[in-house]
Amino acid sequence: MNKILEKEFFSPQVFRMKVEAPEIARKRKAGQFVIIRVSDAGERIPLTIADANASEGWIELVVQAVGKTTTDLSKLSPGDSLHDLAGPLGRPTHIEKHGTVLMVGGGIGIAPAHPIAQAMKAAGNTVVSILGGRSKELVIMEEKMKAASDEVIIVTDDGSYGMKGMVTDAIQKLIDEGRKIDLVIAIGPPVMMKFVSLLTKKYDIHTLVSLNTIMIDGTGMCGGCRVSVGNESKFVCVDGPEFDGHLVNFDEMMQRLSMYRDQEKESIDHACKLGLR
Amino acid sequence: MEKKELTNKERLAIPPQKMPEQGPKERIGNVNEVPYGFTEEMAVAEAERCLQCKNAPCIKGCPVEVNIPVFIKFIAERKFREAVAVIKETNVLPAVCGRVCPQEEQCQKPCTVGKSLKSVDKAVQIGKLERFVADWEMNQAGSESPSIKPSTGKKIAVIGCGPAGITVAADCRRAGHEVTIFEALHKPGGVLAYGIPEFRLPKKIVGREVDNLVSMGVELRTNMVIGKIYTIEELMAEGYEAVFVGTGAGLPMFLNIPGENLNGVYSANEYLTRANLMQAYSFPNTDTPIARASNVAVFGGGNVAMDSARTALRLGAKNVYLVYRRSHEEMPARKEEIHHAEEEGVQMNLLQNPVRFIGDDKGWVKAVECLRMELGEPDDSGRRRPVPIKGSEFTIDVDVCIVAIGNASNPLIPHTTPDIQTNKWGNIIADPETLKTTKKGVFAGGDIVLGAATVILAMGQGRKAAQAINEYLATGAW
Repeated sequence: MNKILEKEFFSPQVFRMKVEAPEIARKRKAGQFVIIRVSDAGERIPLTIADANASEGWIELVVQAVGKTTTDLSKLSPGDSLHDLAGPLGRPTHIEKHGTVLMVGGGIGIAPAHPIAQAMKAAGNTVVSILGGRSKELVIMEEKMKAASDEVIIVTDDGSYGMKGMVTDAIQKLIDEGRKIDLVIAIGPPVMMKFVSLLTKKYDIHTLVSLNTIMIDGTGMCGGCRVSVGNESKFVCVDGPEFDGHLVNFDEMMQRLSMYRDQEKESIDHACKLGLR
Repeated sequence: MEKKELTNKERLAIPPQKMPEQGPKERIGNVNEVPYGFTEEMAVAEAERCLQCKNAPCIKGCPVEVNIPVFIKFIAERKFREAVAVIKETNVLPAVCGRVCPQEEQCQKPCTVGKSLKSVDKAVQIGKLERFVADWEMNQAGSESPSIKPSTGKKIAVIGCGPAGITVAADCRRAGHEVTIFEALHKPGGVLAYGIPEFRLPKKIVGREVDNLVSMGVELRTNMVIGKIYTIEELMAEGYEAVFVGTGAGLPMFLNIPGENLNGVYSANEYLTRANLMQAYSFPNTDTPIARASNVAVFGGGNVAMDSARTALRLGAKNVYLVYRRSHEEMPARKEEIHHAEEEGVQMNLLQNPVRFIGDDKGWVKAVECLRMELGEPDDSGRRRPVPIKGSEFTIDVDVCIVAIGNASNPLIPHTTPDIQTNKWGNIIADPETLKTTKKGVFAGGDIVLGAATVILAMGQGRKAAQAINEYLATGAW
């Protein structure tokens, strides 16, 4: 059983959870994810690993309670256990010295960006991180990202913290300033990754995005997570989760993410009716 | 009361017993198993049809060589416990095999009774008898665990808790080894859990077989994706002296035609996994959704295609079209499955092949365009090759499509174990008799070696592998 060691809310919906998982903590690399289930009737959902400590035997997950499973997860407390935890899954980020790496994290996408920033810095890169959120409270893990970066730029939609605007505005500003960027890694809402990729394509800056699609097994068995990358179908679970942002068909991916929108609502309503929340 | 021995003529005169089953209209409204099973009287009558041939052609037809005439004789004598014990000498999953084995291609095919009556359909129904005694045993209190030899202190890792892995685990544990099964999913059973539907193989049967393994002292670790959490090399460094890879053929093939990533287009693996493993048929009482559709097209002609089509009916589809590019005769599915599917109202769209999926403005599949086919010369498989008829395009209105055209082998283990050789299809190369791979101490069997095959062939390989593993651990000779 994987016991929950700590839980902390960043905002009413966004929280981090430290989970006992010594084997995964030892093995995981930046860019990898896990699949969890909260109950015996529960769905399998992928969550990216935000942090881990091999000697203490834990991993950290950062989650936004939006659907049934993530909401159920948000109700668990330290001392409770996850019903199931499998991982680490997916291919680790390819870490090497590129020069300047621009990490772009939007919302809870900042969490998976964190271990990648750490690894890129350790490999000798200059790491510049752009952290974006709708408002100040949604810009998470600022201190950790500062520790993993040479420079941190904060952007909020409403201007309540840092620069007002979108992460793409901050990227544009760096480009306009003539900063040399060798690699962009963007992780966040699909629409953010789409627009970051469109922008960097104009300037021919190699860009990686980390995708979080609907998955079941996470081992390549079901194919539910497939996306079109450069007109080829790829499985996010085993071929990804990172792909060349200039080749990903984001519109198709967003469509596929909406496949069960009605049922997601039904699932939550059903739980409400039963008085489960 | 002394019972007179029947003559062969009298035995041949006993009609094949018909197993009662749920009617087609009733059963598409539930997920319960279709055939109810034999009563004791039926089983005994069926068993009396067996001629007890000295040369026992049926045994040669069985991949795990169950001593068929002996167990059937015990049934005829109402010695059911003895009957099941005979089966279990060579087959750890009788309740599963009695249900899903293609007996008409195996043990029942060479049956003398069938041959005498000039129809394999009239052979002794060995599979149904196997199911009967296995179910009988399950309903008895305190079934016996097989005897286990004193501990050898040697550790074996079995990767994948499907039919091959379960067989290896049981046979190696009996020899006194410490066996750990590593299963990637949260539930054991492999294809028996995620693939084969409840109405064909109730999950409580699979659960019970796995419980038996655990009570024999086999350690089961779920949620362990080997290749990721540990490589095979790392397992061996942890003290596992032999490793069996039985990870299955888990990589779905797609049609590679336009529109295949539209919403509503599933691989059969995904569709069946949602329905079976994740119990989406109980949604919203369970959390995993599945698209509920009125018009469903399934592509393929094998057992998995039949399972998908019949699952779609149970999920409320009004029209289910099974689109197959050859004719009825070439369908690789079991006759019984095709019959059940047709009975339930699956519409057979034969000699048709999909060429593209058409989506609506929300990205959801709304139609599939197909071409009509005709049969040409036989191809490499010996079946007549389907050839498209030019200009025969037409569309079928659908809201869900299921692609059931087979599986390639899952690359997770081969990719992380470079010294295990694979063939051009990605299947692990293993010696057909010992199931030894190219890496010392590592054996492999089931679909990862065979490509997509059957439960019983996987078990047959598991038996051979277990024997070879036990030998290897005793002698150290590779």
